[in-house]
Amino acid sequence: MNALLTIAGKEIRDGFRNRWILAATLLLGALALILTLLGSAPTGAVDENRLAVTVVSLSSLGVFLIPLIALLLSYETFVVEVERGTMLLLLACPVARWQVVFGKFLGHVAILALATAAGYGAAGLVAGSGGSADGEAWRAFGAMMGTSALLGAIFVAIGYAISVATRDRGTAAGIAVAVWLVFVVLYDMALLGALVADEGHAISEALFGALLLINPVDLYRMFNLSHSEGVVALSGMADAAGRAGFGPSLLLSVMAAWVAAPLAAAALLFHRRAL
Amino acid sequence: MTAPVVDIAHATKRYGGRTAVDDVTLDIQAGESLALLGHNGAGKTTLMKLMLGLVRPDGGRVRVLGAEAGHPTAVRVRKGIGFLPEDVTFPGNTTGRAQLGFYARLKRVPSHECRALLERVGLAEAAGRRIGTYSKGMRQRLGLAQALLGAPGLLLLDEPTSGLDPGFQRDFFEILRGMTDAGATVLLSSHTLTEVEARRLERIAIMKNGRLAACGTLDELRAAAALPAQARVTVAPGTAAAVAARLGNGLAAARADDRTVDITCPPGETIALLRRIAALDGTVQDAEIRPPPLDALYGHYRGDDTRP
Repeated sequence: MNALLTIAGKEIRDGFRNRWILAATLLLGALALILTLLGSAPTGAVDENRLAVTVVSLSSLGVFLIPLIALLLSYETFVVEVERGTMLLLLACPVARWQVVFGKFLGHVAILALATAAGYGAAGLVAGSGGSADGEAWRAFGAMMGTSALLGAIFVAIGYAISVATRDRGTAAGIAVAVWLVFVVLYDMALLGALVADEGHAISEALFGALLLINPVDLYRMFNLSHSEGVVALSGMADAAGRAGFGPSLLLSVMAAWVAAPLAAAALLFHRRAL
Repeated sequence: MTAPVVDIAHATKRYGGRTAVDDVTLDIQAGESLALLGHNGAGKTTLMKLMLGLVRPDGGRVRVLGAEAGHPTAVRVRKGIGFLPEDVTFPGNTTGRAQLGFYARLKRVPSHECRALLERVGLAEAAGRRIGTYSKGMRQRLGLAQALLGAPGLLLLDEPTSGLDPGFQRDFFEILRGMTDAGATVLLSSHTLTEVEARRLERIAIMKNGRLAACGTLDELRAAAALPAQARVTVAPGTAAAVAARLGNGLAAARADDRTVDITCPPGETIALLRRIAALDGTVQDAEIRPPPLDALYGHYRGDDTRP
C-alpha cells in the first residue's frame, strides 16, 4: 500500500509541474466562468436558478472536456514509460505491477478532480454567490462535481487500457482520439439516427434506455440533467433517465463499473506484459 | 555451503520466433563478482530481466536471493537488488534529488541515505537541477545512486560504463569495489570490458546467441581457450632477420623492423621460448611476453575468426 501511495504522490507532484495540466485547468475554469456569466440569459433573470443553470451549462461542457483531458492525461502513461525505459527501473523496485497501475490511477484521478474542483468550483462560487441558490441547487452542483471526477476516472481507466495494450505512442494517441470521438460525438449521433430511421418500431423505450447505459458520457449526462427538479426544468432532458427507470444509484453503479472494467483490463494486461 | 544468490538452471526465453536466452545455467555465489560479456543482442539484458522477474522464462528456473523470480512473492526480494539498466533514463522534469527520493521511498530507505549517495557518485551539486539538463554521465551517476540505495546484496549492472568518460569509469569501479568489499554480489554486463576491468571481477561469463558460451575466471578461460601468447623481442640494430630465423624454429616469428621480432607462441611453450631468447645472449636487448588479449579470448568464445 505504501508503494501505491508513493506512486500516486509522485504523479500528483509531476502533475503540478506539468504546464499542460495547468493550461487545461485554466481552460476549464475560463470556459466554466464564461458559461456561468453568460448562461443566466435563458432564465430571463440574473438571480433565479442561476446555480441550476450553471449545472446544466457545466454538465454540457464536462461531457466534451473531461473525457478529453482524462484521455490526454492517461493514454501515454504506460506506453511512453515503457518506450523511454523508465518503467524498467520502476518495476525493478520492490513494487507489484498492480500497485503501479492503481497508484498512477489514484494520482491521475486526484489531479483531474483537483482541476475540475478548481475550474468548476470558481464558476459555482460565482453562480451561487448572492444567496439565490437553494440547498437543492447546491446538492445538484455538488453531485455534478463528484460525477465529473467519476467521468474523469472512467476515461483515465480507458486511457490506461489503451496505453498498456499498445506498443507505441502514436497508435495509443490515435486510439484515444477515436475513443473520445465515439463516446462523446458519434455514439449519440448514431443513436439519434437509428431512432429517426426506426420510427419507434424496433427500438423500444427499454432498449433505448439500455443503449444509453452503455455510454459513460450519457450516464453522466442523465445523472446530472435528470435528477434535480430545478435542473430538469432547464435541461430539456425532461426525465429521460426517469422514464427509462434509471435511478441515481443505478447510474452511479454503472459508472463505477465503467471505472472498474477498463482499469482491471489495464492491470491484467500490464501484469502479463513483458518488458 | 550456502545457496547461491543467483541460481539459473536451463533458463530459456523466447520472443516470438527468436530465442533471446537459450538453455542458460549459471550460478553466482554470495559476494562474488561476475562479468557477463556478449554482443548487443546476445541475451545479456534478457537474462537480467529474467533475474528481476520482469519477464518469465519459457523453460527452466531462475531463482534470485532464494525466491523464484517473477513470482508475486518475489516483489519484496527486489529490495535486496540494485539494478542499473543500460542507458538509464529518468523523467526530465524532476530534479535528481526528487527522483532519487522517489526510489528511496519505494525501497523504504531513509532520505539521509540519498544525500550520502549523491555525494558518493559526485552529484551533490547538481542534485537540485532538473534531470533534463543532465549529461549522459550524470544520468548514469544518478542511475548508480538509485541502484546503491539500501546497500543491496545483489547488484545487476547492465553495461554501466558504456560511453562514459574514463574518470567516471574509474570512480565507478572504485565504488563497485567498495560494494564487493562490503559483501555485495555483482553481475556486470558489458560488450567492451577492458583487461583492467576484467581483472577486478572474479569470473567472466560469455554469451553468444542467447547461450552461455563459457564461464570461469580469466585465467581459466585463457587456459581452456589455449590461445597463443605474443612475444616481442628487441634486438641489436640490423639483427632482426637473423634472430627471427633462429627463434622461428617451429614458431611463427616475423621481423617487425630491423630491431624488433614478433613471435606467436603456443601455450605451454613460453618457457622454452624464453630459454631460447636467453640463449641469444648479447643480441637481445629486451623481451616481453603478453598473454592472449581479452579481445582475442572473447572472440574465441564467441566463435569469431580472430585467432592471431
